[in-house]
Amino acid sequence: MSAQSALLEETAGGVGEHLNAQALRADARRESLRLLALLSPSLFLVCAIIIVPIGWLFWLSLFDETGALSASNYARFFEQASYIKTFVTTFKVAFIVTGACVLLGYPLAYMLSQLPRRAASICLIFVILPFWTSVLVRTYAWLVILQRKGLINSWLIDLGVISQPLSLANNLSGVVVGMTHILLPFLVLPLYASMKTIDTDCLRAGMNLGAGPVATFRQIFFPLSLPGLASGVVIVFVLCLGFFVTPALMGGGKVVMWAMRMEQTTSLYSNWGAGAALGVVLLVVTLALLGLFRWLLGARATGVWSSR
Amino acid sequence: MNRTSSFKAFAIAGLAASVAVPAVAADTITVASWGGTYQEAQTKAFFKPTADALGITIKEDTTNGLDDVRLQVTGNAVKWDITELGADECARGSKEGLFEKLDYGIIDKSGINPKLVHDDWVGISYTSVVLIYRTDVFGDKGPKTWADFWNVEKFPGRRALSSSQSTETLSVAALASGLPIDKVYPVDIDGALKSVDKIRGHIDAWWTSGAQAMQLVKDGEVDMASIWNGRAGTLKKEGAPVSFSFDQGVLTADCMVIPKGAKNKEAAMKALAMFVSPQLQANLPLYVDNGPVNEKAFETGKIPQERIKDINSSPENVKKQVLQDAGFWRDNLVEATEKFNNLIQQ
Repeated sequence: MSAQSALLEETAGGVGEHLNAQALRADARRESLRLLALLSPSLFLVCAIIIVPIGWLFWLSLFDETGALSASNYARFFEQASYIKTFVTTFKVAFIVTGACVLLGYPLAYMLSQLPRRAASICLIFVILPFWTSVLVRTYAWLVILQRKGLINSWLIDLGVISQPLSLANNLSGVVVGMTHILLPFLVLPLYASMKTIDTDCLRAGMNLGAGPVATFRQIFFPLSLPGLASGVVIVFVLCLGFFVTPALMGGGKVVMWAMRMEQTTSLYSNWGAGAALGVVLLVVTLALLGLFRWLLGARATGVWSSR
Repeated sequence: MNRTSSFKAFAIAGLAASVAVPAVAADTITVASWGGTYQEAQTKAFFKPTADALGITIKEDTTNGLDDVRLQVTGNAVKWDITELGADECARGSKEGLFEKLDYGIIDKSGINPKLVHDDWVGISYTSVVLIYRTDVFGDKGPKTWADFWNVEKFPGRRALSSSQSTETLSVAALASGLPIDKVYPVDIDGALKSVDKIRGHIDAWWTSGAQAMQLVKDGEVDMASIWNGRAGTLKKEGAPVSFSFDQGVLTADCMVIPKGAKNKEAAMKALAMFVSPQLQANLPLYVDNGPVNEKAFETGKIPQERIKDINSSPENVKKQVLQDAGFWRDNLVEATEKFNNLIQQ
């Protein structure tokens, strides 16, 4: 179509539209097609390595050991009491650990954000250094510290504070301590980054208008740090749900989490579907919870969080 | 060189490599085992002498067990020519049709317990589950039998059992309920679970790996535990204050199989025949505490007399122990394990 005939058509049907509206629209369409073409390799990659395997996982979970279509992999959750128990334990641990991370991580990130740059970067090293150490090594280190004849118990006994060693490892408290230590950087780092971007002029303005330090923190700093906190909380919570090594070693077999259950089930049953069903349930419940988070925290917090 | 020609050169090199592989593979087999000191011992005892005798190359890999074999066989990507498994895994994999038939014209089965000789799998070594206790807590008057272990009044102290090895813990529980060793199999699962129910409130840790069992005992986190004899032997050698014996031990066998679709079946068969031969079997206890599966190994004269009494599968020690029945667990594992998990996770 020539430019002239387009112009004619525009004027013929022209109801207050710009003369080049159609050409602009075509241009925009071409542009988005071009962008799509540019994106297609990565889209293909995401599809091939994430969407397809997850779809396959769903598919596999629908078949029993003889290869027949059945719901037996899901029925098992209700027939065997230990599955529901494990599921509840998993979320309980995830909530406790996330709570502990917030209690420890928020003040830490706040302190880091207030320190002069040099001191802050030195302190950050102490946050990041353990982050680079193997999870297994750190978990065993906690065992050395917490167990019956470990550092804490022998010190407390030597000091005469207690006569019988405390049960710190091989139970829920051991798992919580170990996991909190490992997951803390995942909360502190995004939170610190978001606190650093808070405009100090806002705080000064608040002070200038007569707010005390507490009111400034509560009314200005804290709300502005919420998006960072939300992203940290979500990362920690989701990572908790899939934890394996730390509960396996620190829980003494009494704290069985979902990932451990998956490992057991996968080796116990000869069909992949048995383990796959556990994965599907965790995925669905996690996505539902994330949706709930988004809804609860509102568009403002999550908007900033997803643009990060 | 421009981009196209370098790509061509690369492609040709790749092609050449892929063509060259089968020619080499005729003389190369890959054997997978559990890794660690156990596999190091196997390398010295079995793999190296076999490679030298047959003039082949034996590559090694490590396995996590039946899942790995199932993944390779069902995915048509068999990497291994021979792999080691636990006997109940062999029995289950056999039912699923994951293994090649073994040729007992090539493999000499004499000297191996017939319970461990099957169409498509054969025993390779023994591990025992034994009762270990700390001598700094009990002196030499520690719990000697599983009934003692269950007796929390007479033997107060912290205890650990395995939660991952449900079959072994159920066998132990059956012994604790007072059954003589020849009456444990076939296991009365509900009876054994009742026995577990009595002790579970007194268990301070359920272990899921050999290393964990060792650490629990070594660090004094528990005073008594069920443990694999290899781990128990290592603790003793390291000087930990512990004592154990093979009385009322639970003897579990490991086995070897040729995964279905293995690339080099013939060479694998010959190598497997060497692995279970008395001469090479006699090498194993020289390096590790896992006993030979072939009892003729004790007649070769290779194993020193004073060592024989410490080997779990010596004729003297075998009499004191219960042999886990792989066929029984093939058929009952799933049901028993789910019930066991429900019980201990209450």
